[in-house]
Amino acid sequence: MSRLTRLLSAASGRSSEAATPADAPASRDAAQHPRRRSSATLEATFASPGLSRRAVVGRAAGAALMSTLGGCGGLSTAPSTPLDAAQRQRAADRLGWGATQAQLAAIERAGWGRYVEQQLRADPKAPLAPAAQRQIDALDCSRRDLITRVREAEALRRTADKATDEAERVAARQAYQQAQNLAAREAGHRQLLRQLYSEQQLLEHLSWFWFNHFNVHQGKRDVRLLLADYEEQALRPQALGSFRRMLGAVARHPAMLRYLDNDQNGLRAINENYARELLELHTLGVDGGYSQRDVQELARVLTGFGVRIDPEPPKLGPKFIDQYHRDGFFEFNPARHDFGDKQLLGHTIRGRGLAELDEVLDLLVAQPATARFVSRKLAVFFLSDQPPPALVDTMARAFERSRGDIPATLRPLLFSPAFTATGDISAADGAAGPGVGSRSLAPKFKDPQHYLMSSLRAGFEHQAMLNSQPLQQWLRRLGQGLYDKQTPDGYPLTAEAWDSPGQMTLRFEIARQIGGGAPGLFRAEGTTTPVPMPDLQALRARVEPTLAPATRQALAQTGTPQQWLTLWLSSPDFMYR
Amino acid sequence: MTRSRSASFPPHGPWATDASVAPRSPDRRRLLLQAAAGAGAWSVPGVRLFAAGADRPRFLLVFLRGGYDASHLLVPIGSSFYYEQRPRIAIARPGAGPETALPVNADWGLHPALRQSLHPLMLAGQARFIPFAGTDDLTRSHFETQDSIELGQPLGGSRDYNSGFLNRLAAELDAQQALSFTDQLPIAFRGPARIANAALRETARPAVDAKNRALITGMYQGRALEKTVEEGLALREELARDLAPAKMKAEMDAAGRNAIAPKGFEAEARRIAALMRGRFSLGFIDIGGWDTHVNQGGATGALANRFEEVGRGLAAIADELGPDLWRQTTVMVISEFGRTFRENGNRGTDHGHGSVYWLLGGGLASQGGPVAGEQIALSASTLFQNRDYPVLNDYRSVLGGLWQRQFGLSRDALGRVFPGAVPRDLGLV
Repeated sequence: MSRLTRLLSAASGRSSEAATPADAPASRDAAQHPRRRSSATLEATFASPGLSRRAVVGRAAGAALMSTLGGCGGLSTAPSTPLDAAQRQRAADRLGWGATQAQLAAIERAGWGRYVEQQLRADPKAPLAPAAQRQIDALDCSRRDLITRVREAEALRRTADKATDEAERVAARQAYQQAQNLAAREAGHRQLLRQLYSEQQLLEHLSWFWFNHFNVHQGKRDVRLLLADYEEQALRPQALGSFRRMLGAVARHPAMLRYLDNDQNGLRAINENYARELLELHTLGVDGGYSQRDVQELARVLTGFGVRIDPEPPKLGPKFIDQYHRDGFFEFNPARHDFGDKQLLGHTIRGRGLAELDEVLDLLVAQPATARFVSRKLAVFFLSDQPPPALVDTMARAFERSRGDIPATLRPLLFSPAFTATGDISAADGAAGPGVGSRSLAPKFKDPQHYLMSSLRAGFEHQAMLNSQPLQQWLRRLGQGLYDKQTPDGYPLTAEAWDSPGQMTLRFEIARQIGGGAPGLFRAEGTTTPVPMPDLQALRARVEPTLAPATRQALAQTGTPQQWLTLWLSSPDFMYR
Repeated sequence: MTRSRSASFPPHGPWATDASVAPRSPDRRRLLLQAAAGAGAWSVPGVRLFAAGADRPRFLLVFLRGGYDASHLLVPIGSSFYYEQRPRIAIARPGAGPETALPVNADWGLHPALRQSLHPLMLAGQARFIPFAGTDDLTRSHFETQDSIELGQPLGGSRDYNSGFLNRLAAELDAQQALSFTDQLPIAFRGPARIANAALRETARPAVDAKNRALITGMYQGRALEKTVEEGLALREELARDLAPAKMKAEMDAAGRNAIAPKGFEAEARRIAALMRGRFSLGFIDIGGWDTHVNQGGATGALANRFEEVGRGLAAIADELGPDLWRQTTVMVISEFGRTFRENGNRGTDHGHGSVYWLLGGGLASQGGPVAGEQIALSASTLFQNRDYPVLNDYRSVLGGLWQRQFGLSRDALGRVFPGAVPRDLGLV
């Protein structure tokens, strides 16, 4: 049991044993993730509260690691020498949302190789510590199913549309907007709780990455109502699973079909939007070797794939009725589908309806361009704006061999010496480190979400966040609001998008609020209870020796823990991971 | 495909070589720039602040991200082909109703959402439009094309992502006079000349107090972000002074007239203008939300609302600057591409190619009327790839030609701003 779990459960007044995933759905998980099958018994062992979970995972992971390495032809090798404190810090900052004391201790105990294997086998359904999990369980999106919530909101929208009375129309429209806003706020709150408190940092990190890769914007139509489900059903289960399955789940999810207008794409009403971004942003990349013709042909394949909120199916003639398919809000409407043959990337896709989708997704995932594009993007996100080309090649080969298995693709990255290398911050400046080699080992400039989450994880790891609104507002001000990226390319992953003068001054301003204890985060919304400043002794002892002399000198002049934290969060040292 | 030149060209025409073009008194402008350089020093070591000069030319680039539908903005009212291809969303020819296009000339009309804002400016000779404008980049990807336009480098070569065309222009003028009115520094402004950025949605306050400021700058001394941090902090202090409510003309006017305070883009545009009254003479702002695949609307609707908002903001800039400074100012509105000429099955339009650029300013040339640049008659055979507007007016040539006149940039300087491009003088100012 981690210190976090202990403290959070103490705060909640409940036994932390309740947090143990006694109901871990081992068999279902094994079915969803075939590569996990061998560890099904291990998952079941978690149910025994008497055993140290970490000790069990550690032993089993070691065995799994050995077999993995055997199967990978030695491409990914765990570091043979133990990491020093600075390397552990860097590795933790790169793997997830920022190092905590508990996480560093876990890495030290397990060793990097075992820790990574543990992280790669994260369970998307594992609960958080009680004080965080109780908040998630209380959310409307946890308590009620998607179908009910969306149909309820849809009824409000229809009432507003039909109302002849102005007051009734306004009231119904406001209620509809409130339902949408609440849904987006809840999704954001759940995301931030997980990033702050989950021990499965790699899973949380990747969940953000994949949302960004398959970005949808909350402002489009009813997307806000669908966000929480999109994260939970389409992205998270495969975040550490199969890229191909995730692509398929995204292609069938109403959030994506709405956002890129494919619910409007039909025979004689072609809409290219989703087809184009599926090629450019989701799979091949812009230089992936497709043409405008391919976009148009793919758009024809995608005709008839849409969304139906209404419980009633559409009225279809006898020749289509057997081909109609529906799953939740997803529908394939054969009357809107172009049944002609299509030519995509030099392949003929025989026009036959629903099955065309899986055929083209298989085709896209099998393209070497997809392997390269996804691998490079992962390396940029986790490691460096200029990842070493040889490493990206190795990852791309692993992606191709495993048909898009994400852990297989990540292992060469996580076990590369570059991942735990502690480069000098000044090398992050192009002028100071001109060689590609040195730049590729330079620390990575944090984007706003990394900046804020790492500051909270470092300073407040034992405090339960009760209100995420101030945090959601800071993210917006820093230009990276949750679900706020309007365009499907997602937020940029490299430094030059974030290290502008305006950004830096905003960071200093927010650092002062966090340094002051960020009380708004740690008390319920609307209350003003004083929140004590956390004890920063352990943090200071850990980080001060690693800082540049000028930073240490400035910190030595601070008079209060508040000012120390403000200054540390404002320092150049803290801007990189 | 036959290309016909518009009757609106100035006498020397778009094919004029650099040597045959006589920029308006470049020497005078050069002298003014040099004079301004000695005018005043700022309190921050190593950073110079120039006094504002009413004669200093000003330029603002407005980037409509998302590929806006140009044929909804500048409506080809003379083309029956347009009305055939957009049966459900076309803007009606000029007429009596409020939902008909505003007259521009025999070939073109303006979207009625601009009735209160851009149309009066156009009638005063302070707004012109350049159809068939854009880039030869053909990916039809928003992101790819935005990047390539902002870099402003020749297509086909390897790209330098650390050199945007506005940064290169800033280096030729004076980088200290440039400011990006955005959250993040756009690619157009990235490069060796140090440009600061600040979004103006909120009125600025200083970011940190004096004590922490000294400690923070101490920590960054000699580090990679030293200058960035110093610029950011100094700028915030300057903005807090310059955007104080008492110094904003609009807010004083609003108080006097008891008018509703400006909101959204208009409020931001007024703050931009307030800063361009003073030190900053080169600026950039982007506005998203132009990707209209579905239900873009016609004379009213989603796109019309967007036009209305932008039009109001741009008119506010003219108002806020006042006639003397507005005469020295040009505002160019561009987008990464236009959209398909035909409406799609969802009363929207998909990604296209050529666009229409807008140019605003108090000192525009009136010769030739409101529509400038090379044009072509619209028909199925003249559409590019039977799909969208061809690009006849390359953005690098058009902007190069404009700046040659407005800033008096030399041929060498233009060659550094837009390597490999031939500036075309369309006689815009």
